[in-house]
Amino acid sequence: MTRPLLLSGGRVIDPRRDFDEPADVLIQDGKIAAVKAGLGAPDGALVRDVRGHVVAPGLVDVHVHLREPGNEDVETIATGARAAAAGGFSAVCAMPNTDPVTDNQAAVGFIVRQSARAGLTRVYPIGAISVGQRGERLSEFGEMVGAGAVAVSDDGRPVVSSHLMRTALEYARTFEIPVADHCEEATLASGGVMHEGLVSTRLGLKGIPAAAEEIMVQRDILLAELTGGHVHLCHVSTRGSVELIRRAKQRGIRVTAEVTPHHLTLTDHACETYDTHAKMNPPLREAADVAALRQALKDGVIDCVASDHAPHAYDAKEAAFDDAPFGIIGLETAFGVVHTELVLNGVLTLPELIARMSSAPAAAFHLPGGTLQPGAVADVVVLDTATRWSVNPATLLSRSRNTPFAGRTLTGRAALTLVGGTIVHEVEAAPGR
Amino acid sequence: MTAPLGKDLVGLERLSPDQIRLILDTAEPFKEVSERPIKKVPALRGKTIVNLFFEASTRTRISFEFAEKRLSADTVNVTASGSAVQKGETLVDTARNLEAMRIDMVVIRHPSSGAAAFLGNRIRSNVVSAGDGKHEHPTQALLDLLTIRDKHGKIAGLKVCLVGDVLHSRVARSNIWGLSKLGAEVGVCGPDTLVPRSIEELGVCRFRRIEEAIEWADVLNVLRLQLERMEMGFIPSVREYYRVFGVTLERLEKAPRALTIMHPGPMNRGVEIDSRVADGPHSVILDQVTNGVAVRMAVLYLLAGGRPELADAAKRGAE
Repeated sequence: MTRPLLLSGGRVIDPRRDFDEPADVLIQDGKIAAVKAGLGAPDGALVRDVRGHVVAPGLVDVHVHLREPGNEDVETIATGARAAAAGGFSAVCAMPNTDPVTDNQAAVGFIVRQSARAGLTRVYPIGAISVGQRGERLSEFGEMVGAGAVAVSDDGRPVVSSHLMRTALEYARTFEIPVADHCEEATLASGGVMHEGLVSTRLGLKGIPAAAEEIMVQRDILLAELTGGHVHLCHVSTRGSVELIRRAKQRGIRVTAEVTPHHLTLTDHACETYDTHAKMNPPLREAADVAALRQALKDGVIDCVASDHAPHAYDAKEAAFDDAPFGIIGLETAFGVVHTELVLNGVLTLPELIARMSSAPAAAFHLPGGTLQPGAVADVVVLDTATRWSVNPATLLSRSRNTPFAGRTLTGRAALTLVGGTIVHEVEAAPGR
Repeated sequence: MTAPLGKDLVGLERLSPDQIRLILDTAEPFKEVSERPIKKVPALRGKTIVNLFFEASTRTRISFEFAEKRLSADTVNVTASGSAVQKGETLVDTARNLEAMRIDMVVIRHPSSGAAAFLGNRIRSNVVSAGDGKHEHPTQALLDLLTIRDKHGKIAGLKVCLVGDVLHSRVARSNIWGLSKLGAEVGVCGPDTLVPRSIEELGVCRFRRIEEAIEWADVLNVLRLQLERMEMGFIPSVREYYRVFGVTLERLEKAPRALTIMHPGPMNRGVEIDSRVADGPHSVILDQVTNGVAVRMAVLYLLAGGRPELADAAKRGAE
């Protein structure tokens, strides 16, 4: 029996209930017990004075790479969960492109156990669509879901075979899980290392045209329509994709989509110095794409923000652009980046951002959390939306340092993260506050 | 004194017109060195230069080596095959190991775009790009500029068209920057499969037919068509390429003026260029090669801290 916890005096935002007012939040037995102004602290309760802060459902990231098993030197489930907690996330979904691939119930169970052992942010496994992510034969969705998988994906690799994608969408319906796809037409993207455009021409780097993504987005939408299955489109990066998704949603097709903080804030100009921390897949696009992605996130055409946290060893990125791996870390900077660039610039309201980082991703992947409704699991974040902080890769909790936001000054960070009512991250209050 | 070109030469995009003119002017006195019976001046005596070639190269490597030797530098050649690179050593480790042997300059040719700048940002020695991926090949463009200036007495106002595989060409990119900065009009001509869509945003005219390019231009710089491009599906066949885009005598005869013909080499005779054109009276292809040594001497001299006004004097020193 843990002590009750009272979060006292914050601005409580619960997008799912359209709730945004000053209130106290009482947490008991791992659940939200009450949300109301003027709640007294029960006997023996811990009290946190969160005046001036925002209390919201814990953030949810449906797309991270935690590298365990196989690449524990760049991240583990425990270090990734630690970084996630510091970033305000109470739940993350781990992609299956581990080594070996998470494509069976034993591998899924391993991730569940490692997550429980870490006792920090919840790590939900995503199982592979195909055995070994080889794009040939379906993995055992049923057994993986039984062991704790919440979705399937071959992320890191696109599903080349349209037949396989079709069967995955059909088969996944039994288990009511989304099929998450990394949309990339392989023959068009082959050998590409950045967005195809003026910058790639100047740099002499092979480009990946926007059409490489859009062809597969449209294919997946058509297959979702054909099958009635739920397709989740990973890390959407182009304005063309946005239009395709907008039309699909208008037609009632079961499609959800995510966008990363970096695609919302950076363009291919970040590659100009051959900075390998600007090398990611999909690549950073153009200013018009960034504008369309921002509008789509506001409109709900894109459901959620996901970090695509992709740790790499520092020396792997210390290479010529062609030779460096794709991907950047993002768990600890996601909220700060999007809050600074979109909320403070008036693109999104704070409740909208919280919806896109909490209730919406939780709903898309049918996860608990994402709400402060009394009775719900007490996955909660207290957001300090005023503090300015500088991104110093050396002090990040992730085991890797590969961030393009190094040296950036961000406004807003998680002050306190709760998972099932337990404090998994807390910034010590500045003296005198 | 600050170095007039900065520490490294990795491309022409970031050079000013004055810096480019300085290199060309500095090359002038060095041309004569190669015409002497004893082709050597002491300008870089005691300097150690490593020629680090991760890609096959004959002309460029030999040209750099002659430039270095004629300036009295000590040189070492490292090629990717048969070195630690083949054993999996990273570029940055190779560079650090070379620098630990206390060298002064690295001339690097690398298949990855940006590799020269990458190296330059990580070692104290001067770095000269001898071509990085599809990015830039600055000394090639400089020798092209010098050759055009020799032939026409000027660069500003001339119309220079790059013909062929612009997409994969570092020579094309460096030429576009160099020519535009010195006031030439630049054209590109080739099939759309081999010319990037965004090229016009760099301020160049685009031609889809070789006949139109020939009618427009004063100078044609004919790029090498890498034969593997055909296997990669960019063009259907070499035969058809020559038929549609080949720089032939018949096509040139219809031009309103005699065009100067350039080629960075190595040539595919009968693919991108007609032998009669390559060997014809308006070809300056071998002058390009000769100028290559002088331009590279100028670049090495300036990067090593040589004072431009002393280049003329420097070449006398030893005698």
